[in-house]
Amino acid sequence: MNTNTMNTIIELFSYDFFVNAFLASLLAAISCGIVGTYIVSRRIVFISGGITHASFGGIGMGYYLGINPLVGAGIFSILSGMGIQLFSSKGKVREDSSIAIWWSLGMAIGIIFVYLTPGYAPNLMSYLFGSILTVSTGELWLMLALAVIIILFFTFFYRTILYISFDEDFAKTSNLPVNLFNYLLMVLISLTIVLNIRVVGIILILSLLTIPQATANVLTREFGRMMFYSVGFAFLASFIGLLISYFADIPSGATIIFTQVVLFGIVKLIRAFNIKH
Amino acid sequence: MKKLLEIKNLSAGYDGNIVLDDVNLEVHSGDFIGVIGPNGGGKTTLIKTILGLIKPISGEMILHISKTNIGYLPQVNQIDKRFPISVIDVVRSGKSDSALFSSFRRNTAEKEKAESLLAEMGISEIRNKAIGELSGGQMQRVFLCRALMNNPELLVLDEPSTYVDNNFEGELYLKLKELNGQMAILLISHDVGTISFFVKTIACVNRNLHHHPSNIITEEQLASYNCPLQIIVHGNIPHTVLRLHDEHEHHEHHH
Repeated sequence: MNTNTMNTIIELFSYDFFVNAFLASLLAAISCGIVGTYIVSRRIVFISGGITHASFGGIGMGYYLGINPLVGAGIFSILSGMGIQLFSSKGKVREDSSIAIWWSLGMAIGIIFVYLTPGYAPNLMSYLFGSILTVSTGELWLMLALAVIIILFFTFFYRTILYISFDEDFAKTSNLPVNLFNYLLMVLISLTIVLNIRVVGIILILSLLTIPQATANVLTREFGRMMFYSVGFAFLASFIGLLISYFADIPSGATIIFTQVVLFGIVKLIRAFNIKH
Repeated sequence: MKKLLEIKNLSAGYDGNIVLDDVNLEVHSGDFIGVIGPNGGGKTTLIKTILGLIKPISGEMILHISKTNIGYLPQVNQIDKRFPISVIDVVRSGKSDSALFSSFRRNTAEKEKAESLLAEMGISEIRNKAIGELSGGQMQRVFLCRALMNNPELLVLDEPSTYVDNNFEGELYLKLKELNGQMAILLISHDVGTISFFVKTIACVNRNLHHHPSNIITEEQLASYNCPLQIIVHGNIPHTVLRLHDEHEHHEHHH
Protein backbone atom coordinates (compact mmCIF):
# COMPACT_ATOMS: atom_id res chain seq x y z
CA MET A 1 0.00 0.00 0.00
CA ASN A 2 1.59 3.29 -0.99
CA THR A 3 1.58 6.51 1.05
CA ASN A 4 -1.04 8.02 -1.17
CA THR A 5 -3.64 5.33 -0.46
CA MET A 6 -2.75 5.44 3.23
CA ASN A 7 -3.31 9.18 3.30
CA THR A 8 -6.62 8.79 1.53
CA ILE A 9 -7.75 6.22 4.12
CA ILE A 10 -6.74 8.52 6.98
CA GLU A 11 -8.52 11.35 5.23
CA LEU A 12 -11.65 9.21 4.96
CA PHE A 13 -11.89 9.17 8.74
CA SER A 14 -12.49 12.92 8.73
CA TYR A 15 -15.85 12.28 7.09
CA ASP A 16 -18.72 11.51 9.46
CA PHE A 17 -20.31 9.03 7.09
CA PHE A 18 -17.10 7.02 6.96
CA VAL A 19 -16.55 7.04 10.72
CA ASN A 20 -20.13 5.83 11.09
CA ALA A 21 -19.55 3.06 8.56
CA PHE A 22 -16.36 2.06 10.35
CA LEU A 23 -18.14 1.89 13.72
CA ALA A 24 -21.06 0.02 12.15
CA SER A 25 -18.73 -2.65 10.79
CA LEU A 26 -17.10 -2.98 14.21
CA LEU A 27 -20.41 -3.28 16.07
CA ALA A 28 -21.83 -5.62 13.44
CA ALA A 29 -18.75 -7.81 13.80
CA ILE A 30 -19.25 -8.04 17.57
CA SER A 31 -22.94 -8.96 17.52
CA CYS A 32 -22.79 -11.18 14.42
CA GLY A 33 -19.52 -12.81 15.46
CA ILE A 34 -20.84 -13.90 18.84
CA VAL A 35 -24.44 -14.74 17.92
CA GLY A 36 -23.28 -16.39 14.69
CA THR A 37 -21.00 -18.75 16.62
CA TYR A 38 -24.03 -19.90 18.59
CA ILE A 39 -26.07 -20.27 15.37
CA VAL A 40 -23.40 -22.25 13.53
CA SER A 41 -22.50 -24.47 16.49
CA ARG A 42 -26.11 -25.34 17.10
CA ARG A 43 -26.82 -25.83 13.40
CA ILE A 44 -29.70 -23.37 13.30
CA VAL A 45 -28.50 -21.48 10.23
CA PHE A 46 -31.69 -22.28 8.36
CA ILE A 47 -33.89 -20.96 11.19
CA SER A 48 -31.86 -17.76 11.13
CA GLY A 49 -32.37 -17.51 7.37
CA GLY A 50 -36.11 -17.89 7.92
CA ILE A 51 -36.17 -15.14 10.54
CA THR A 52 -34.11 -12.83 8.33
CA HIS A 53 -36.39 -13.13 5.33
CA ALA A 54 -39.57 -13.04 7.40
CA SER A 55 -38.46 -9.63 8.69
CA PHE A 56 -39.04 -8.23 5.19
CA GLY A 57 -42.75 -8.43 5.98
CA GLY A 58 -42.17 -5.91 8.76
CA ILE A 59 -40.20 -3.63 6.47
CA GLY A 60 -43.06 -3.58 3.95
CA MET A 61 -45.54 -2.92 6.73
CA GLY A 62 -43.33 -0.13 8.06
CA TYR A 63 -43.44 1.58 4.68
CA TYR A 64 -47.19 1.18 4.42
CA LEU A 65 -47.91 2.48 7.94
CA GLY A 66 -45.28 5.19 7.72
CA ILE A 67 -43.25 3.96 10.71
CA ASN A 68 -39.54 3.08 10.77
CA PRO A 69 -39.25 -0.11 8.70
CA LEU A 70 -36.69 -1.49 11.17
CA VAL A 71 -39.31 -1.40 13.94
CA GLY A 72 -41.62 -3.49 11.75
CA ALA A 73 -38.72 -5.80 10.90
CA GLY A 74 -37.98 -6.26 14.61
CA ILE A 75 -41.56 -7.25 15.37
CA PHE A 76 -41.73 -9.63 12.41
CA SER A 77 -38.43 -11.31 13.12
CA ILE A 78 -39.23 -11.98 16.78
CA LEU A 79 -42.72 -13.24 15.90
CA SER A 80 -41.38 -15.52 13.18
CA GLY A 81 -38.71 -16.88 15.51
CA MET A 82 -41.39 -17.78 18.04
CA GLY A 83 -43.70 -18.96 15.26
CA ILE A 84 -41.15 -21.40 13.89
CA GLN A 85 -40.64 -22.88 17.37
CA LEU A 86 -44.38 -23.03 18.01
CA PHE A 87 -45.28 -24.59 14.64
CA SER A 88 -42.73 -27.35 14.96
CA SER A 89 -43.18 -28.11 18.66
CA LYS A 90 -46.96 -27.78 19.04
CA GLY A 91 -48.32 -27.84 15.49
CA LYS A 92 -46.41 -30.98 14.51
CA VAL A 93 -45.09 -29.35 11.36
CA ARG A 94 -41.62 -30.56 10.39
CA GLU A 95 -39.14 -27.92 11.41
CA ASP A 96 -37.68 -27.19 7.98
CA SER A 97 -41.17 -26.90 6.50
CA SER A 98 -42.18 -24.59 9.33
CA ILE A 99 -39.14 -22.39 8.58
CA ALA A 100 -40.00 -22.27 4.87
CA ILE A 101 -43.58 -21.23 5.64
CA TRP A 102 -42.48 -18.28 7.79
CA TRP A 103 -39.66 -17.38 5.40
CA SER A 104 -41.93 -17.06 2.37
CA LEU A 105 -44.92 -15.66 4.28
CA GLY A 106 -42.79 -12.76 5.52
CA MET A 107 -41.43 -12.05 2.04
CA ALA A 108 -44.95 -12.20 0.55
CA ILE A 109 -46.40 -9.80 3.12
CA GLY A 110 -43.49 -7.43 2.53
CA ILE A 111 -43.96 -7.41 -1.24
CA ILE A 112 -47.72 -6.83 -0.94
CA PHE A 113 -47.30 -3.90 1.44
CA VAL A 114 -44.50 -2.28 -0.55
CA TYR A 115 -46.78 -2.52 -3.62
CA LEU A 116 -49.74 -1.01 -1.70
CA THR A 117 -47.64 1.89 -0.40
CA PRO A 118 -48.43 4.91 -2.56
CA GLY A 119 -45.51 6.40 -4.42
CA TYR A 120 -41.90 5.34 -4.33
CA ALA A 121 -40.46 3.26 -1.46
CA PRO A 122 -37.25 5.09 -0.56
CA ASN A 123 -34.19 3.06 0.51
CA LEU A 124 -35.89 -0.24 -0.26
CA MET A 125 -32.73 -1.48 -1.94
CA SER A 126 -30.70 -0.57 1.14
CA TYR A 127 -32.80 -2.90 3.30
CA LEU A 128 -32.42 -5.72 0.80
CA PHE A 129 -28.74 -5.32 0.01
CA GLY A 130 -27.43 -3.12 2.81
CA SER A 131 -25.91 0.31 2.75
CA ILE A 132 -23.29 0.68 5.44
CA LEU A 133 -22.32 4.18 4.26
CA THR A 134 -25.74 5.57 5.16
CA VAL A 135 -26.02 4.14 8.70
CA SER A 136 -27.28 6.92 10.99
CA THR A 137 -25.95 7.86 14.41
CA GLY A 138 -29.22 6.73 15.99
CA GLU A 139 -28.83 3.30 14.44
CA LEU A 140 -25.26 3.16 15.71
CA TRP A 141 -26.44 3.74 19.28
CA LEU A 142 -28.89 0.85 18.92
CA MET A 143 -26.14 -1.37 17.52
CA LEU A 144 -23.89 -0.39 20.42
CA ALA A 145 -26.61 -1.23 22.95
CA LEU A 146 -27.12 -4.61 21.31
CA ALA A 147 -23.39 -5.37 21.25
CA VAL A 148 -23.15 -4.57 24.96
CA ILE A 149 -26.18 -6.74 25.79
CA ILE A 150 -24.78 -9.64 23.78
CA ILE A 151 -21.32 -9.40 25.34
CA LEU A 152 -22.83 -9.31 28.85
CA PHE A 153 -25.29 -12.15 28.18
CA PHE A 154 -22.70 -14.47 26.66
CA THR A 155 -20.17 -13.66 29.39
CA PHE A 156 -22.59 -14.17 32.28
CA PHE A 157 -24.14 -17.33 30.89
CA TYR A 158 -21.23 -18.71 28.87
CA ARG A 159 -21.35 -22.23 30.28
CA THR A 160 -25.12 -22.41 30.35
CA ILE A 161 -25.30 -21.49 26.67
CA LEU A 162 -22.46 -23.86 25.81
CA TYR A 163 -23.99 -26.84 27.63
CA ILE A 164 -27.51 -26.28 26.29
CA SER A 165 -26.20 -25.91 22.74
CA PHE A 166 -24.03 -29.00 22.94
CA ASP A 167 -26.53 -31.43 24.47
CA GLU A 168 -30.00 -30.05 25.14
CA ASP A 169 -31.38 -33.28 26.64
CA PHE A 170 -28.50 -33.60 29.04
CA ALA A 171 -28.88 -29.96 30.07
CA LYS A 172 -32.55 -30.65 30.82
CA THR A 173 -31.63 -33.57 33.06
CA SER A 174 -29.39 -31.23 35.04
CA ASN A 175 -32.19 -28.74 35.65
CA LEU A 176 -30.86 -25.97 33.44
CA PRO A 177 -33.62 -23.56 32.26
CA VAL A 178 -33.35 -24.84 28.70
CA ASN A 179 -36.60 -23.47 27.29
CA LEU A 180 -36.05 -20.02 28.77
CA PHE A 181 -32.60 -19.82 27.22
CA ASN A 182 -33.84 -21.12 23.87
CA TYR A 183 -36.33 -18.27 23.71
CA LEU A 184 -33.92 -15.61 25.00
CA LEU A 185 -31.33 -16.64 22.44
CA MET A 186 -33.98 -16.62 19.73
CA VAL A 187 -34.81 -13.02 20.65
CA LEU A 188 -31.11 -12.09 20.54
CA ILE A 189 -30.79 -13.69 17.11
CA SER A 190 -33.80 -11.71 15.87
CA LEU A 191 -32.44 -8.42 17.23
CA THR A 192 -29.00 -9.11 15.79
CA ILE A 193 -30.48 -9.75 12.38
CA VAL A 194 -32.70 -6.67 12.40
CA LEU A 195 -30.06 -4.22 13.63
CA ASN A 196 -27.56 -5.44 11.09
CA ILE A 197 -29.91 -5.33 8.11
CA ARG A 198 -28.68 -1.80 7.34
CA VAL A 199 -25.09 -3.04 7.15
CA VAL A 200 -25.34 -5.87 4.62
CA GLY A 201 -29.07 -6.23 3.93
CA ILE A 202 -31.64 -8.98 4.30
CA ILE A 203 -30.37 -11.02 1.38
CA LEU A 204 -26.78 -11.06 2.65
CA ILE A 205 -26.96 -10.95 6.44
CA LEU A 206 -26.77 -14.71 6.85
CA SER A 207 -23.21 -14.50 5.58
CA LEU A 208 -22.08 -12.33 8.53
CA LEU A 209 -23.54 -14.98 10.83
CA THR A 210 -21.83 -17.93 9.14
CA ILE A 211 -18.73 -17.10 7.07
CA PRO A 212 -16.53 -15.55 9.81
CA GLN A 213 -17.54 -18.50 12.00
CA ALA A 214 -16.54 -20.98 9.31
CA THR A 215 -13.20 -19.17 9.04
CA ALA A 216 -12.78 -19.26 12.83
CA ASN A 217 -13.71 -22.94 12.87
CA VAL A 218 -10.74 -23.67 10.61
CA LEU A 219 -8.44 -22.49 13.39
CA THR A 220 -10.23 -23.59 16.56
CA ARG A 221 -12.76 -26.11 17.80
CA GLU A 222 -13.46 -24.35 21.04
CA PHE A 223 -16.72 -22.42 21.45
CA GLY A 224 -15.31 -19.42 23.34
CA ARG A 225 -12.30 -18.98 21.11
CA MET A 226 -14.48 -19.36 18.04
CA MET A 227 -16.49 -16.34 19.18
CA PHE A 228 -13.38 -14.17 19.52
CA TYR A 229 -11.95 -15.25 16.18
CA SER A 230 -15.32 -14.76 14.47
CA VAL A 231 -15.56 -11.19 15.73
CA GLY A 232 -12.02 -10.59 14.48
CA PHE A 233 -12.57 -12.07 11.03
CA ALA A 234 -15.95 -10.38 10.64
CA PHE A 235 -14.42 -7.00 11.46
CA LEU A 236 -11.35 -7.48 9.31
CA ALA A 237 -13.33 -8.50 6.25
CA SER A 238 -15.99 -5.82 6.80
CA PHE A 239 -13.40 -3.06 7.01
CA ILE A 240 -11.42 -4.26 4.00
CA GLY A 241 -14.65 -4.76 2.08
CA LEU A 242 -15.77 -1.28 3.03
CA LEU A 243 -12.55 0.24 1.68
CA ILE A 244 -12.68 -1.77 -1.55
CA SER A 245 -16.29 -0.80 -2.13
CA TYR A 246 -15.41 2.84 -1.56
CA PHE A 247 -12.43 2.92 -3.90
CA ALA A 248 -13.94 0.72 -6.60
CA ASP A 249 -17.35 2.37 -6.22
CA ILE A 250 -19.23 -0.92 -5.98
CA PRO A 251 -22.02 -1.90 -3.49
CA SER A 252 -20.68 -2.17 0.08
CA GLY A 253 -22.81 -5.09 1.35
CA ALA A 254 -21.89 -7.37 -1.53
CA THR A 255 -18.22 -6.37 -1.37
CA ILE A 256 -18.08 -7.13 2.37
CA ILE A 257 -19.52 -10.59 1.80
CA PHE A 258 -17.16 -11.23 -1.06
CA THR A 259 -14.22 -10.25 1.16
CA GLN A 260 -15.51 -12.60 3.90
CA VAL A 261 -15.44 -15.52 1.48
CA VAL A 262 -11.99 -14.61 0.13
CA LEU A 263 -10.68 -14.42 3.71
CA PHE A 264 -12.20 -17.82 4.45
CA GLY A 265 -10.49 -19.25 1.35
CA ILE A 266 -7.12 -17.77 2.33
CA VAL A 267 -7.28 -19.08 5.92
CA LYS A 268 -8.38 -22.50 4.70
CA LEU A 269 -5.55 -22.65 2.17
CA ILE A 270 -2.92 -21.56 4.70
CA ARG A 271 -4.20 -24.17 7.12
CA ALA A 272 -4.13 -26.93 4.49
CA PHE A 273 -0.61 -25.89 3.51
CA ASN A 274 0.56 -25.91 7.15
CA ILE A 275 -0.87 -29.35 7.80
CA LYS A 276 0.95 -30.77 4.77
CA HIS A 277 4.31 -29.33 5.81
CA MET B 1 -31.69 -51.10 50.40
CA LYS B 2 -32.79 -47.62 49.52
CA LYS B 3 -35.49 -47.29 46.92
CA LEU B 4 -34.26 -44.85 44.27
CA LEU B 5 -37.22 -44.77 41.94
CA GLU B 6 -40.47 -46.51 41.23
CA ILE B 7 -42.50 -46.70 38.08
CA LYS B 8 -46.15 -47.59 38.55
CA ASN B 9 -48.55 -48.60 35.76
CA LEU B 10 -46.71 -46.28 33.44
CA SER B 11 -47.73 -45.68 29.85
CA ALA B 12 -45.55 -43.44 27.74
CA GLY B 13 -44.90 -42.61 24.11
CA TYR B 14 -44.80 -39.90 21.49
CA ASP B 15 -47.60 -37.95 19.83
CA GLY B 16 -50.23 -40.15 21.43
CA ASN B 17 -48.63 -43.39 20.21
CA ILE B 18 -48.12 -45.66 23.17
CA VAL B 19 -44.65 -47.19 23.21
CA LEU B 20 -44.66 -48.39 26.82
CA ASP B 21 -47.86 -49.85 28.19
CA ASP B 22 -48.59 -50.43 31.88
CA VAL B 23 -45.00 -50.77 32.96
CA ASN B 24 -43.83 -51.34 36.54
CA LEU B 25 -40.27 -51.15 37.79
CA GLU B 26 -38.44 -50.39 41.00
CA VAL B 27 -34.79 -49.49 41.20
CA HIS B 28 -32.91 -49.83 44.51
CA SER B 29 -29.41 -48.86 45.52
CA GLY B 30 -26.96 -51.56 44.55
CA ASP B 31 -29.03 -52.69 41.56
CA PHE B 32 -27.37 -53.44 38.23
CA ILE B 33 -30.18 -53.87 35.75
CA GLY B 34 -29.60 -54.75 32.12
CA VAL B 35 -32.41 -53.42 29.96
CA ILE B 36 -32.82 -55.46 26.80
CA GLY B 37 -35.41 -55.66 24.07
CA PRO B 38 -35.87 -55.19 20.33
CA ASN B 39 -35.35 -51.84 18.62
CA GLY B 40 -38.48 -49.74 18.94
CA GLY B 41 -39.52 -51.78 21.96
CA GLY B 42 -39.37 -48.78 24.28
CA LYS B 43 -35.93 -49.00 25.93
CA THR B 44 -35.03 -45.40 25.18
CA THR B 45 -38.56 -44.21 25.99
CA LEU B 46 -38.18 -45.85 29.42
CA ILE B 47 -34.92 -44.00 30.03
CA LYS B 48 -36.30 -40.70 28.80
CA THR B 49 -39.22 -41.05 31.20
CA ILE B 50 -36.88 -41.79 34.08
CA LEU B 51 -34.82 -38.72 33.18
CA GLY B 52 -37.95 -36.57 33.01
CA LEU B 53 -37.42 -35.78 29.32
CA ILE B 54 -40.89 -37.06 28.43
CA LYS B 55 -43.98 -37.00 30.58
CA PRO B 56 -45.97 -40.19 31.22
CA ILE B 57 -49.28 -40.51 29.35
CA SER B 58 -50.65 -42.29 32.40
CA GLY B 59 -49.29 -43.88 35.53
CA GLU B 60 -46.53 -42.60 37.73
CA MET B 61 -42.79 -42.18 37.75
CA ILE B 62 -41.67 -41.39 41.28
CA LEU B 63 -38.11 -40.31 41.90
CA HIS B 64 -36.85 -40.69 45.48
CA ILE B 65 -33.57 -38.97 44.71
CA SER B 66 -32.88 -35.59 43.16
CA LYS B 67 -32.90 -35.44 39.35
CA THR B 68 -29.29 -34.30 39.40
CA ASN B 69 -28.38 -37.48 41.26
CA ILE B 70 -28.91 -39.46 38.09
CA GLY B 71 -25.88 -39.74 35.84
CA TYR B 72 -26.79 -40.12 32.17
CA LEU B 73 -24.81 -41.39 29.22
CA PRO B 74 -26.79 -40.89 26.00
CA GLN B 75 -26.42 -42.82 22.75
CA VAL B 76 -23.36 -41.54 20.96
CA ASN B 77 -25.28 -40.89 17.76
CA GLN B 78 -27.36 -38.28 19.60
CA ILE B 79 -24.24 -36.15 19.98
CA ASP B 80 -23.10 -33.60 17.39
CA LYS B 81 -19.48 -34.67 16.99
CA ARG B 82 -18.48 -31.51 15.12
CA PHE B 83 -19.63 -29.23 17.91
CA PRO B 84 -16.80 -26.90 18.96
CA ILE B 85 -16.26 -28.10 22.53
CA SER B 86 -13.24 -29.52 24.32
CA VAL B 87 -13.14 -32.76 26.29
CA ILE B 88 -12.67 -30.99 29.61
CA ASP B 89 -15.72 -28.78 28.98
CA VAL B 90 -17.84 -31.81 28.08
CA VAL B 91 -16.89 -33.44 31.38
CA ARG B 92 -17.50 -30.23 33.34
CA SER B 93 -20.95 -29.93 31.77
CA GLY B 94 -21.85 -32.95 33.93
CA LYS B 95 -22.13 -30.49 36.76
CA SER B 96 -24.23 -28.13 34.71
CA ASP B 97 -26.64 -27.34 37.54
CA SER B 98 -23.82 -25.06 38.67
CA ALA B 99 -23.35 -23.58 35.20
CA LEU B 100 -25.57 -20.56 35.78
CA PHE B 101 -23.39 -17.56 36.64
CA SER B 102 -20.34 -19.84 36.76
CA SER B 103 -18.37 -17.20 34.83
CA PHE B 104 -17.74 -15.34 38.05
CA ARG B 105 -16.84 -18.22 40.33
CA ARG B 106 -13.56 -20.06 40.67
CA ASN B 107 -15.11 -23.53 40.31
CA THR B 108 -11.92 -25.11 41.62
CA ALA B 109 -13.62 -28.18 43.07
CA GLU B 110 -15.50 -28.75 39.82
CA LYS B 111 -12.34 -28.52 37.72
CA GLU B 112 -10.46 -30.87 40.06
CA LYS B 113 -13.29 -33.39 39.96
CA ALA B 114 -13.27 -33.33 36.15
CA GLU B 115 -9.49 -33.77 36.05
CA SER B 116 -9.55 -36.65 38.52
CA LEU B 117 -12.26 -38.45 36.54
CA LEU B 118 -10.26 -38.07 33.32
CA ALA B 119 -7.20 -39.43 35.13
CA GLU B 120 -9.22 -42.33 36.53
CA MET B 121 -10.29 -43.28 32.99
CA GLY B 122 -6.72 -42.85 31.78
CA ILE B 123 -7.52 -40.11 29.28
CA SER B 124 -5.99 -37.02 30.91
CA GLU B 125 -3.84 -36.37 27.85
CA ILE B 126 -6.84 -35.68 25.62
CA ARG B 127 -8.34 -33.08 27.96
CA ASN B 128 -7.97 -30.19 25.50
CA LYS B 129 -8.91 -32.06 22.34
CA ALA B 130 -12.14 -31.29 20.55
CA ILE B 131 -14.64 -34.13 20.87
CA GLY B 132 -14.64 -34.54 17.09
CA GLU B 133 -11.04 -35.76 17.25
CA LEU B 134 -11.74 -38.72 19.55
CA SER B 135 -12.13 -42.40 18.82
CA GLY B 136 -15.37 -44.16 19.76
CA GLY B 137 -13.87 -45.61 22.92
CA GLN B 138 -12.38 -42.30 24.03
CA MET B 139 -15.69 -40.59 23.45
CA GLN B 140 -17.55 -43.11 25.62
CA ARG B 141 -15.00 -42.61 28.39
CA VAL B 142 -15.52 -38.85 28.18
CA PHE B 143 -19.29 -39.22 28.40
CA LEU B 144 -18.91 -41.65 31.29
CA CYS B 145 -16.80 -39.01 33.08
CA ARG B 146 -19.52 -36.46 32.43
CA ALA B 147 -22.16 -38.80 33.84
CA LEU B 148 -20.10 -39.29 36.99
CA MET B 149 -19.47 -35.59 37.73
CA ASN B 150 -22.28 -35.38 40.31
CA ASN B 151 -21.35 -38.64 42.10
CA PRO B 152 -24.74 -40.02 41.05
CA GLU B 153 -26.73 -42.55 43.03
CA LEU B 154 -28.07 -43.94 39.79
CA LEU B 155 -26.17 -44.26 36.52
CA VAL B 156 -28.20 -44.65 33.33
CA LEU B 157 -26.42 -45.75 30.16
CA ASP B 158 -28.01 -45.95 26.71
CA GLU B 159 -26.16 -48.43 24.48
CA PRO B 160 -22.66 -47.53 25.67
CA SER B 161 -21.05 -50.28 23.61
CA THR B 162 -22.00 -49.02 20.16
CA TYR B 163 -19.12 -47.69 18.03
CA VAL B 164 -16.49 -49.06 20.39
CA ASP B 165 -14.07 -51.92 19.85
CA ASN B 166 -14.44 -55.21 21.71
CA ASN B 167 -11.42 -54.40 23.81
CA PHE B 168 -12.90 -51.26 25.25
CA GLU B 169 -16.28 -52.93 25.62
CA GLY B 170 -14.85 -55.41 28.11
CA GLU B 171 -12.99 -52.65 29.92
CA LEU B 172 -16.17 -50.58 30.13
CA TYR B 173 -18.19 -53.38 31.67
CA LEU B 174 -15.49 -54.07 34.26
CA LYS B 175 -15.47 -50.37 35.10
CA LEU B 176 -19.26 -50.44 35.49
CA LYS B 177 -19.02 -53.45 37.77
CA GLU B 178 -16.60 -51.51 39.94
CA LEU B 179 -18.85 -48.41 39.92
CA ASN B 180 -21.78 -50.58 40.93
CA GLY B 181 -20.23 -50.72 44.41
CA GLN B 182 -21.13 -47.05 44.79
CA MET B 183 -24.21 -46.61 42.63
CA ALA B 184 -27.13 -48.39 41.04
CA ILE B 185 -26.80 -48.90 37.30
CA LEU B 186 -29.39 -49.14 34.55
CA LEU B 187 -27.75 -50.35 31.36
CA ILE B 188 -29.56 -50.44 28.02
CA SER B 189 -28.17 -52.83 25.48
CA HIS B 190 -29.18 -54.76 22.41
CA ASP B 191 -26.33 -57.13 23.21
CA VAL B 192 -28.08 -59.58 25.52
CA GLY B 193 -25.23 -62.02 25.69
CA THR B 194 -22.40 -59.80 26.78
CA ILE B 195 -24.23 -57.81 29.41
CA SER B 196 -25.66 -60.88 31.10
CA PHE B 197 -22.19 -61.60 32.50
CA PHE B 198 -22.08 -58.26 34.27
CA VAL B 199 -25.58 -57.27 35.28
CA LYS B 200 -27.41 -58.61 38.33
CA THR B 201 -30.92 -58.63 36.88
CA ILE B 202 -32.45 -58.27 33.44
CA ALA B 203 -35.44 -56.20 32.37
CA CYS B 204 -37.01 -57.12 29.03
CA VAL B 205 -38.73 -54.17 27.43
CA ASN B 206 -41.03 -54.72 24.50
CA ARG B 207 -44.04 -52.48 25.04
CA ASN B 208 -44.36 -54.25 28.39
CA LEU B 209 -41.62 -54.75 30.93
CA HIS B 210 -40.62 -57.95 32.65
CA HIS B 211 -38.03 -57.60 35.37
CA HIS B 212 -36.31 -60.97 35.55
CA PRO B 213 -34.76 -61.52 39.00
CA SER B 214 -31.42 -62.92 37.79
CA ASN B 215 -28.85 -62.37 35.07
CA ILE B 216 -29.47 -65.78 33.58
CA ILE B 217 -32.38 -65.88 31.28
CA THR B 218 -33.54 -68.67 29.02
CA GLU B 219 -34.78 -68.45 25.49
CA GLU B 220 -38.11 -69.82 26.69
CA GLN B 221 -38.44 -67.11 29.28
CA LEU B 222 -37.58 -64.49 26.68
CA ALA B 223 -40.26 -65.91 24.46
CA SER B 224 -42.81 -65.87 27.25
CA TYR B 225 -41.85 -62.24 27.98
CA ASN B 226 -42.57 -61.48 24.33
CA CYS B 227 -38.98 -60.28 24.04
CA PRO B 228 -37.54 -61.52 20.75
CA LEU B 229 -34.08 -63.02 21.06
CA GLN B 230 -31.19 -61.12 19.57
CA ILE B 231 -28.38 -62.85 17.78
CA ILE B 232 -25.00 -61.47 18.68
CA VAL B 233 -22.26 -61.24 16.12
CA HIS B 234 -18.63 -61.43 17.18
CA GLY B 235 -16.52 -61.28 14.09
CA ASN B 236 -18.42 -63.21 11.47
CA ILE B 237 -19.77 -65.93 13.71
CA PRO B 238 -23.27 -65.35 14.95
CA HIS B 239 -23.85 -66.96 18.31
CA THR B 240 -25.78 -66.47 21.48
CA VAL B 241 -24.46 -66.87 24.97
CA LEU B 242 -27.86 -67.28 26.53
CA ARG B 243 -28.36 -70.41 28.52
CA LEU B 244 -30.79 -72.90 27.22
CA HIS B 245 -33.32 -74.13 29.69
CA ASP B 246 -31.59 -77.11 31.28
CA GLU B 247 -28.07 -76.10 30.68
CA HIS B 248 -25.74 -75.07 33.50
CA GLU B 249 -22.56 -74.32 31.60
CA HIS B 250 -22.07 -71.13 29.61
CA HIS B 251 -21.88 -71.55 25.90
CA GLU B 252 -18.36 -71.23 24.77
CA HIS B 253 -17.35 -67.97 23.12
CA HIS B 254 -16.17 -68.21 19.56
CA HIS B 255 -13.96 -65.36 18.49
